[in-house]
This record gives sequence, structure tokens and C-alpha cells, in this order.
Amino acid sequence: MKLPAKAQEKEKLIDKEGKRVDGRNLDELRPIKLEVGVLSNADGSAYIEQGKCKILAGVYGPREAHPKHLALPDRALLQTRYHMAPFSVEERKSPAPSRREIELSKVIRESLEPAVFLEYYPRTSIDLFIEVLQADGGTRGAAITVASLALADAGIPMKDLVAACAAGKVEGKLVLDLCDAEDKLGEADVPVAYMSTTDAVTLLQMDGNLTLEEFEQIVNMALNGCKQIYKMQKEALKAKYVALKEAAEE
Amino acid sequence: MSSVMVKVKQKQIAQLIAHGKRLDGREPNDYRDIKIEVGVIEKAEGSARVRLGNTEILVGTKVDVGEPFPDTPEEGVLTVNAELVPLASPTFEAGPPDENSIELARIVDRGIRESKTIATEELCLVPGKHVIIVFIDVYVLNHDGNLIDASALAALAAIMNTKMPKYEVEDGEVKKKPGYIPLPIRNYPVPVTFAKIDGKMIVDPWLEEEQVMDARLTMTFEKDGNICAIQKGGGTGSFTVQQILDAAKIGQQKSASTRKLLVKE
Amino acid sequence: MPVFYEKREIVTPGDLLAEGDYFAGDNTYKEGDKLYAARLGIVEFIEKTVSVVALKAFYQPKVGDTIIGKVVELTIAGWLIDINAPQVAMLRASEVFERDYKPQRNDLPSIFDIGDLIIAKIIAYDRTRDPQLTIREPGLGKVTRGQIVEITPTKIPRVIGRKGSMITMIKEQTGCHISLGQNGVVLISGKTPESEQLAIMAIRKIDEESHTSGLTDRVTEMLKQSKGSDEVASKGTREGKTD
Repeated sequence: MKLPAKAQEKEKLIDKEGKRVDGRNLDELRPIKLEVGVLSNADGSAYIEQGKCKILAGVYGPREAHPKHLALPDRALLQTRYHMAPFSVEERKSPAPSRREIELSKVIRESLEPAVFLEYYPRTSIDLFIEVLQADGGTRGAAITVASLALADAGIPMKDLVAACAAGKVEGKLVLDLCDAEDKLGEADVPVAYMSTTDAVTLLQMDGNLTLEEFEQIVNMALNGCKQIYKMQKEALKAKYVALKEAAEE
Repeated sequence: MSSVMVKVKQKQIAQLIAHGKRLDGREPNDYRDIKIEVGVIEKAEGSARVRLGNTEILVGTKVDVGEPFPDTPEEGVLTVNAELVPLASPTFEAGPPDENSIELARIVDRGIRESKTIATEELCLVPGKHVIIVFIDVYVLNHDGNLIDASALAALAAIMNTKMPKYEVEDGEVKKKPGYIPLPIRNYPVPVTFAKIDGKMIVDPWLEEEQVMDARLTMTFEKDGNICAIQKGGGTGSFTVQQILDAAKIGQQKSASTRKLLVKE
Repeated sequence: MPVFYEKREIVTPGDLLAEGDYFAGDNTYKEGDKLYAARLGIVEFIEKTVSVVALKAFYQPKVGDTIIGKVVELTIAGWLIDINAPQVAMLRASEVFERDYKPQRNDLPSIFDIGDLIIAKIIAYDRTRDPQLTIREPGLGKVTRGQIVEITPTKIPRVIGRKGSMITMIKEQTGCHISLGQNGVVLISGKTPESEQLAIMAIRKIDEESHTSGLTDRVTEMLKQSKGSDEVASKGTREGKTD
């Protein structure tokens, strides 16, 4: 199909061979690196690199709720702060929490609450801090993935780890794990967070324009991504102990 | 005390829902009565008041001329804000917007923006310097559940009610000419919000149902029945994929019927 | 009725450990017939109970536990003690002063001040109240000397070892007196700071490698090497194939 001249000048996001701007196939995740227990002060911590995204998560608690009047009588609070460093994006971002960060803090918290045994720790607060050091699209998914590990690293009892990932539509094709350019210029972005033990979707958002059929395919694609990421989370959590065990027992 | 009530009420509500009934007599997929009034605030360029059961929302639009965003120099600007004013509920406090009012504003905004309801490319006066800015302010007057659907409906009605001045550019200066014109409207997004209680999905939760729900799912549909925005929120629960896909089918139908209240075929 | 893991395998939250007629032990939970892990740890099967020995967990207060904690605040009712648990513990003034405790006359800081370390016992704890402490038994009270090391509370049994084998060995090798708090705080007091350091090193090693086998041997080795001593411990260290 011959595109009109103006469109031809713009860089295409997906080339003729179905490869994306970063060389990936349509259904391929960005390279992911996960590390658990990276901060000495926090009770639990973890770090993720997903493509160019670099995100650090730290957990304190369960500990006394501050301010006290927020404490709940029958369960722990999960207080979540998603925050982007000023140097994390192309144009310097003011350190003050933006409306987007406030909304993301809320939906991220709601994606993790179903996974944590909050009812075991009444009147306390579990404080989760997520710092986006570098952003390149899909930060809320990566944030949920790394936050799950930080919570588990803090020894907080959980029903399951929560894995998250986005899928969407770019230049008419359905793709997995959109990077920033694809998110900005594509037709739809659907972030999903998933808990496998109960087959539960704990985060679901969407913006763009999709038919119901496309939506169904994209959700399933995102779930596939989540399942792959889930395996990586488990490996990362066990890594330090497996290595110690092997070294000690040889 | 509140959690004790929640468990008892939850049982009562869930028992009814298991038999396909709700405390107020509705079917699981029924909306409450919807009343829409437009043009209620004369000083605003557009306004609408929506009553969804006892939930009451007032939306006013203001139109002004300002600078475009640097990355879209030839497009007008759309901004949505929501206020949960203290008189609307004993749980609302005065002060800067909290996460709930921010989330509400952003969900309404997403529906309007992603469906391209307002043709912002037609709101440019002097590229890079002067464009038309549309302020949409959602004012929650009474909270009795499902603020999202009511607010979005009121916002859409207010947008359709908006009359903006005729701006013309003379020698690079923007001038107001006599007369008024409507906003360039291309789409009519309508969200449908579901609550999950004890595994059952219901449409348009009212306040008590919201207090016991596990989770909430909002899906916004544009005029052709495509999905343009989704937000799962509220509650510490989750949905299965099947529940999400079933909700999408129901939502598509419900949004079409609700849209008929505003858009005559 | 299946189990899906071998004993002593490392499991993560959400791992399906067993299905069927099993009981959920520590750090596991059941959903219908399925039994899952709730924490990162080593899976353990005792008869029909499946549990996970957590590799990383904070202290969960239990009535009867001996704990070592730090005074962090003075209130009108007594002292607030940080015991490394989600809730702060309370040592009531009435526990210390016998009857006529009068806040104006009896001076709290003169007994225990902020920053003091105490060994105490938990006498009450439930979902509606923070843990309550007592120091009325022998061996309890203010800590006046020594160093503390904090480890994961679930590893305290490993520090003790089977029939006390591990802790006895460490005491012998280092000549230190060692008190164990169930909340993961270990108090070490020896004749010299060096001997205390040695004991601390041993305990940290146990904390890190508790999930491995042959640990007692390795810790003994490490202590001997650090001391520069070549002699074989008279008691021998082969207490059994697994510790």
C-alpha cells in the first residue's frame, strides 16, 4: 500500500518485516532484568530494568501507621507512592507529584492489595515507595512487577506475586509491551496486572480506540506477557538463596 | 464499627444479588433513573446537571483563549477537573484534590480525549500562539454512588450545551465577534461502571453497593460501540478475564441506550 | 493426593505446594483444596501439615516469647519498646513499680530511659492490642553490656541447632555469653570485643545460609580458622547428616 507523502516522511513504528523500532517482534517483551534486595535500609526492595525503563521499589513495614488516624482497625494500610525522578523523562519533570502520579499511585496500590494478606496486620501501614529513575513507556506495569518483589522481599505474606505488562495496537498491528514511542503514537494501550493463582486481573486500564474483538485479543496478549514475567519474578526472588545453597553445598 | 456493618450488609446485598435482585429493586444490569438538565448556569459557556438516582453532578464549561501545548501547537486545549465538595458527602474533606477526585477527572477526560469528542484541531486561532481552551469542571453535589458515569454524562451534556464566542483573527490579534457557535463535536463517549460483589457483576452501583464491592470496572464506549477507555479501580479485589469480556458486551449495549438520552438518532 | 515440591526446596508466594487433605502450616494458606506458599522459604512436610520456613520474615509476636527490645518512647502508662515487629510493644509502669505507681513521683527514665535495651517476655497480645511485656522473671531486665545482632526471627531455631548443638559450639569457641530473643535479636557479651565479633560473624553466617546443609560444620570451621586454631574440637561436630 502506498502511503501518502506526508506519512512516508514520518518514521514508521513497524517495518515491512514486522519488526518494531527496537528490533522486536510484535509479541516480544523488552529485555527484562530483575534484582531483589538491593537497598540495605528498606525492609524489602527490588530493581527492574525493562527496555529503557529503570525502576526501584522499596518497602517499609508493616509498621505503625502515620498519621495514626488513617490506620484501619481490621487490616494494614498499603500506602503507595509512585514517583518519577526529574531526570527520568526527556523534558525535566518537576518533583512535585503530578495528577498522573497520584492516579498511578492509586491504581498500582489497588493492583497489589488483592495479593497481600493485609488482614494479618491491623492498625499498621505497609509503605511502598516506587521511584522511576528512567521512563520509556509501560512504567506502571514495570512498577507493579518490581513492587511485588519488594513486598515479598520484605517478608510480607502474599497470596501470589503480581506480574504486569501492557499490550496494544500500533499501526494496525497488535503488539506486546509498548515502549514510549509506540504508546504515544499508537492506537491503543492496555496495561494489565495479573495474579495467576486465582486467575485474577488486578489492574486494567485502556486508552485509545478498539473494537471488542481487538480488546479481547490484546488482553490475552498482555496476559501472556504477564505469565512470562511471573516466571522471571520467581527466579529473581530465589536467586540469592539458590546461589548460596549451591556454593555452600558443593 | 464500619467494617462490622460492611460484613453484615455485604451478606444481605450478596444474598439478594445471588437471586438477581438488588436492595433497591433493580435488576443487575439496570441503571437508576437518570435526569439531565442543561444550561443551568448562565455565566458558564455550557453547563449540565445530571441526577443518577440521588447522585447529583453539576458540570460547567468555560471557554477561553490561551497558549497551546508545545507539542501540539495547532490544537486547542481540553482540561478536565473534578471537585468532591464537602457538602456532597460526610467523607469529603475540603482541600486540594485527593486521589479520588483526580482519578474521577482523569477517567472523564480519557473518555472525551480518546474518542476525540471535541475536534481540537479546529480550535486553533494562531498556530503556536493562540488556541481555544475548553475547561470542563465537574462538581459533585451529592454522592450516592457511581460518580463516574454521572460525571461523564454531565460532562458530555455540558459540552453539547456549550456556546462559545466567535473568535476571529485580525492582523494576528484574536477578536471576539458577536454571536455564539457550538463546539466542534465529533463523538459521544459514554462510560458504564460495574461493581463486583461476591463474584456477581452489577451495573451502576449506588453508595451502599460501592461500600461493599470487591472492585469496580468502568468501560467507556464511543458512538460506534468501540472501547475508548477502561479503568479498574476501587476496592481491594480483582476480575477474571471472562468477567471483563462479559462486562464489555453488556457495557456496549448499556452505553448505547444511555447515549440515546443525549443524542437523538 | 499430590504434593508438588520436595522437602527443603525453595518456594515463592503463590507456589502450589499440595492439593487435597493437607493442613496449612506456617507461611502457607489454603484455597479450597489447594495449599499455597505465602512467603519465600523452604518447604517442610510434617505428617499432613505443609509449612514454609521463611527465609525472610519479620517478627510475629507470640505470648510467652522472650524478646530483646529497645525503649523508644516514654508515656504516662509506661515505656514503648521497639521489638522489630509491626506493632510497638508496651511495658507498663505497673509491671515494674508494683502497686502505687504515681507518674509525678516515680521517675520512668531512672529505671529505663530512651535507648536502653531490655530483655522482656510477652504476656499479652491480640488483634485489638499491641504486645504487652513483663520483666518480672529472672533473667529479664535492662541490658548493661554486650553487643546485639539482628537476624531473621525464623532463623533463631537454627542458631540454637539440634539439641542446642550450634549455640553450644559457638559459646565454646568464642567464650561468649549469648542470649536469644525470639524476635531475632541476639545479645552477645564476651570477655573481649574480638570474641564478641567472632560470635556475631558466626550468627550472621547462620542467618545467610540457614537453608543449606552442613552448616554446623562450616560455622565451626570458620570460627576455628578465624581464631587461628588448628585443633579439632573435642566434642566433634558430627551431630547428624542434616542440621
